[in-house]
Parts: sequence; structure tokens; C-alpha cells
Amino acid sequence: MNNLIQENMEKSEFLVHRSVFTDREVLAQERAEIFNKCWLFIGHETEVPTPGDYRRKKVGGRNLLLVHSQDGEIRALYNTCPHRGALVCRENEGNSRVFRCFYHAWSFKNDGELVGMPGKDGFPEDFNAEGTKNMKAVNRMESYRGFLFVNFDDNAISLDEYLGNAKEYIDLVVDQSEFGMEVLGGVQEYSVRANWKLLAENSVDLYHGMPTHKTYFDIKQSQDPDLKRVQLEGKGVELGNGHAVIEYVAPWGRPVAQWTPIWDENLKRDMENMKARLIERYGEQRAERIANYNRNILIFPNLVINDIMAVTARTFYPSSPGYMEVSGYALAPKGEDEGHRLARNNNFLEFLGPGGFATPDDNEALELCQEAYNNNQEVEWNDISKGMGREDGALATDELQMRSFWRQYNKILKPVLQKEVAHK
Amino acid sequence: MTVTRQDVVDFLYKEAKLLDEWKLTEWAELFTDDGTYIVPPIGEPEASPVNSLFYIHDSRTRLQDRAERLLKKEAHVEYPHSTTIRNYHNIIVDKLDQEVIEAECNFTTYRTKREVLDSFVGRQQFEIVQQNGQLAIKSKKVILHLDSLRPQGKISLIL
Repeated sequence: MNNLIQENMEKSEFLVHRSVFTDREVLAQERAEIFNKCWLFIGHETEVPTPGDYRRKKVGGRNLLLVHSQDGEIRALYNTCPHRGALVCRENEGNSRVFRCFYHAWSFKNDGELVGMPGKDGFPEDFNAEGTKNMKAVNRMESYRGFLFVNFDDNAISLDEYLGNAKEYIDLVVDQSEFGMEVLGGVQEYSVRANWKLLAENSVDLYHGMPTHKTYFDIKQSQDPDLKRVQLEGKGVELGNGHAVIEYVAPWGRPVAQWTPIWDENLKRDMENMKARLIERYGEQRAERIANYNRNILIFPNLVINDIMAVTARTFYPSSPGYMEVSGYALAPKGEDEGHRLARNNNFLEFLGPGGFATPDDNEALELCQEAYNNNQEVEWNDISKGMGREDGALATDELQMRSFWRQYNKILKPVLQKEVAHK
Repeated sequence: MTVTRQDVVDFLYKEAKLLDEWKLTEWAELFTDDGTYIVPPIGEPEASPVNSLFYIHDSRTRLQDRAERLLKKEAHVEYPHSTTIRNYHNIIVDKLDQEVIEAECNFTTYRTKREVLDSFVGRQQFEIVQQNGQLAIKSKKVILHLDSLRPQGKISLIL
């Protein structure tokens, strides 16, 4: 293969070679160059609010333990015993000062330090003097406004620099709350029988909104007699480093703060007050953006934060070219009123998640792409050209967001794959 | 009308059969006007829908929307319809003499589409009442006994 992507500005044509969805060599290079070197979302600080709190996390193919250590620091420990390698913590979540590997009963404090093992007389006194027998922590873990990321490359640029222009949009999501955002219980762990990059594309793709989700918008129209026409309008923005966003108006209600007729008059008053408070804090223009505009943010390579009819974060990782594991989170303002929270959650479930009226249709679309990629030998290219001629003023329904992802992807993988070809 | 255990068991089998036959509006009609259909998070059957993200938390209106949506050609995930088999086992019926009858069972639901067979297992809890001389579902709660939705990936069918 010569090129992963072909970009022809004159013809306004942007092509992606379909082998990137099916080729095992490509996946191996993605693991080496992308997942081992980019900042990857591990979770939210509100998942481990107090010392001792821990949650197991799969990130970048690793088994990690996100833990709020007794010294107050949040760490990501590799969940493997330094002795013989067994998975140390087997509960999915909990609170503990100590983790104990059952195989030979080595015990560790919740910062990873080895504190006990049977048969100590068989080891020298300075056995763990260099700390090599402690549970190892991921060296690079940084956070932005509560979102925790790890990086397996010790030489990586800072998270702050990596997020760059995407921070503006994360701020718009978090600023809807005066007290910060929190993750709800019940993270949705599911899968899609499709390549992981198809979900990255899909999550910032408004072009598919109407055809794929017609049944959802039919329901919206039946709920709101004043809704004459479904409007999905806004802009697409390239944010650099492969990140991208769409910002747009849509006919659904937003818990902060765009009322919709399925909600009662009390909620309407609440939301008007919320909006007024946002104007007080941020001024008319920013308040309008926070309350009435939707944002689908793609953080390269595998984090999506969607601030739409509710707020969701999803991250995904390929176990093979045609299968990904997805973790879906719901976020909401801390201290939100119960009635409001329930309205938010029901709004989430109407569209989002494995039981929603929309997400399963997305997954079906991705699976049908994957299934038909068995024609790749003869039908080689995906077309991602929509809006190529107007990238400075791209519409949310254009495909600039996906091109941003693919340009970064190509920048990272092209040199490596070319080197490989040279070696062959 | 005196309701027997056999009446309740027959009613549950009828419910499962309507779903397997894709008679989804008829399925929705089994519910009372305040009927609910919920699937709480895996491993947290008693979670609150305020603090936790459910998979499904349908009011009577929403379960009607769900049934009608799934019958449309544009419900892509279930078009063409998947083939399903629902089995209810170990049925326990309680409070037969009371206004709200309770029924619990284990279930296995198989779904096949595009030559991929997925299975869903767990427990279901029903609250059943009499309405116009017939049994009706006041609540249906599906507790998945799985580690995650992998490899099923979705709950596009009604469990």
C-alpha cells in the first residue's frame, strides 16, 4: 500500500484506504505509534472521590487500577503482581488500603508499595530497596478539569499542550455546572463488531444524523407539535493534533438549559433560571453557547465527549481490526436537583447507549461497513470529501472533523508504514 | 376473578411469544397505563435511576415508542428483523391473593442476525395486576446476569 489517505484539493476529494479497517499490520502499528504514545482517557476524578477508592480500567490494552491512594494522589497502577504477574485486584471497584495478590499473598499499599509477603527469610533484607517489587504506576498521568488521562510514553508532551484548542470546548461542557461535573454510576461496557476508527468518525458525524436516526426524530416531532422541521445546523472545526468538534443546534431538549415540551413547567422555570445564572456568570454570548448549542468533541485518538441531549464520554479500544470494546459514561453537574437529574437521564436513554433509540443504529451502520470491507481488494477507498471546498467555514454536516482525524492518523502512521515497506 | 399460578405462567409465556413473533404493539398493550419496562446497570439491580445510568428506563409512553420504532424499516439495527427465542424458567409466583401479583423468573434470550448468535441471560421481575378481567403488566424489570454487553454490544431487541 502506498498511501493511507489521498488528499486532492483541486478535485476536492479526500480518500481513506480501507485496509486501515481490516489489516492486522496496521493495527500493530496503531498500537505502537498511537495507543502507546498518545494521551488516553482513563476516567474521571469523581469515580474515585475518597482515599482508598479504586476502579479497574482497561486502557490502551492494559489492565490498570485507577486508585485514590492514601497520600491523596490519584494513580494508575498496572494491575499485575511484580512477583509472577497475576492480576492483583479482581474486584471491579471498591475501597481498600491494601491490595493482596492471592497467588503467593504479596500485599501492597494502595500507592503500590510492597508491604508484606510470606517467607521473608528467603529474601535478602534489601530485597525491595529500589522499589522494583512495588506495583508499578503509569509514569504519566495528568488531568484536565476532572478528566484523567494516561500516557505510556514517558517523553510525551504535556496533556495541556496535547489537548490544545480542544480545551475551549471541554471548558464549555464543564462550565455548565458551578460545582464541576460528576460521573454517574453504571458505566456502560459494550462492544461493536467494527473497527475502532469507525466510531471515532461516527461520533462527530452529523451528516448521518437524519438518515440513520429518522426514527428518533420522528419521536421528537410527535412530542413537539411546534417542531415543523428538524434542524441540525452549525459548524465543524479542526482543533489540531487530530482533535475536532461540531457545534450545532438540534431539536432535542438540553438539561442545561434548553427546555422541550416533554418536560413540565417546573423544569421550564428551572431552566430559565439556569440560563439567567449562566448569563450572570459568563455573559449573553457564552451562556447561549453553553445552554443552547450542542458539541460533539473528538479527542484523538479514542475519546469522544458529547454534550448533546445529555453529556456522555465514550472511549474505545480495538482488540482486533474488526472488534472494539467501548466504555460509555454519563456526566452531570454535581449537586443537580433530583427531578432535573431524572429528566436528564431519561433524555440520555432516549437516544444514547446500547438500549437507546439511536446508538444501536449507529453500531449497526459501523458493523455493516466492517462486513462489507471484505470487498476491499476490489473496492479500495472510502470517500470523506464533503465540504472540502469550504474548510474555513465548514458546516457541522460536512466531513472536516473526520479529515482532521485522518490527517493526524496519516501523519503518525505514514512514516512508519513507509519504513516497513522499505525494509521489505 | 381468582388468579392461579398457571394463569400467571401462561401470561408470561404469552408475553415472550408476542416478542418472538415481533407483535410488538400487542406486547405494549399488555402493560397498564402506568406500566414500566426497565433494565438497570449490570451488577447493580437496585441502583437508583437518579444516580446511575440504566440501559433502559421506559415509562409507558416510552415503551410504546420503543415498540413502534422497532417495527419501522428505519430502525436499522432490527431491519430486517433479527430472529429471537425467549425462554422463561424457574418461575416463582407470589402474592396471588393480593392486588399486585409478583412473578420472577430466569430467562435466556437468543438473538441471531447476519449469522451471529448472541445470548442474553438473567432474571426478570414482573408486577402483574388484573385489569378489565385480564392480567396486565405493571412493571417488567430485566436484571442482566452478564459481566458486560460484550460481545452482544447492544440491547436493540426488547428483552
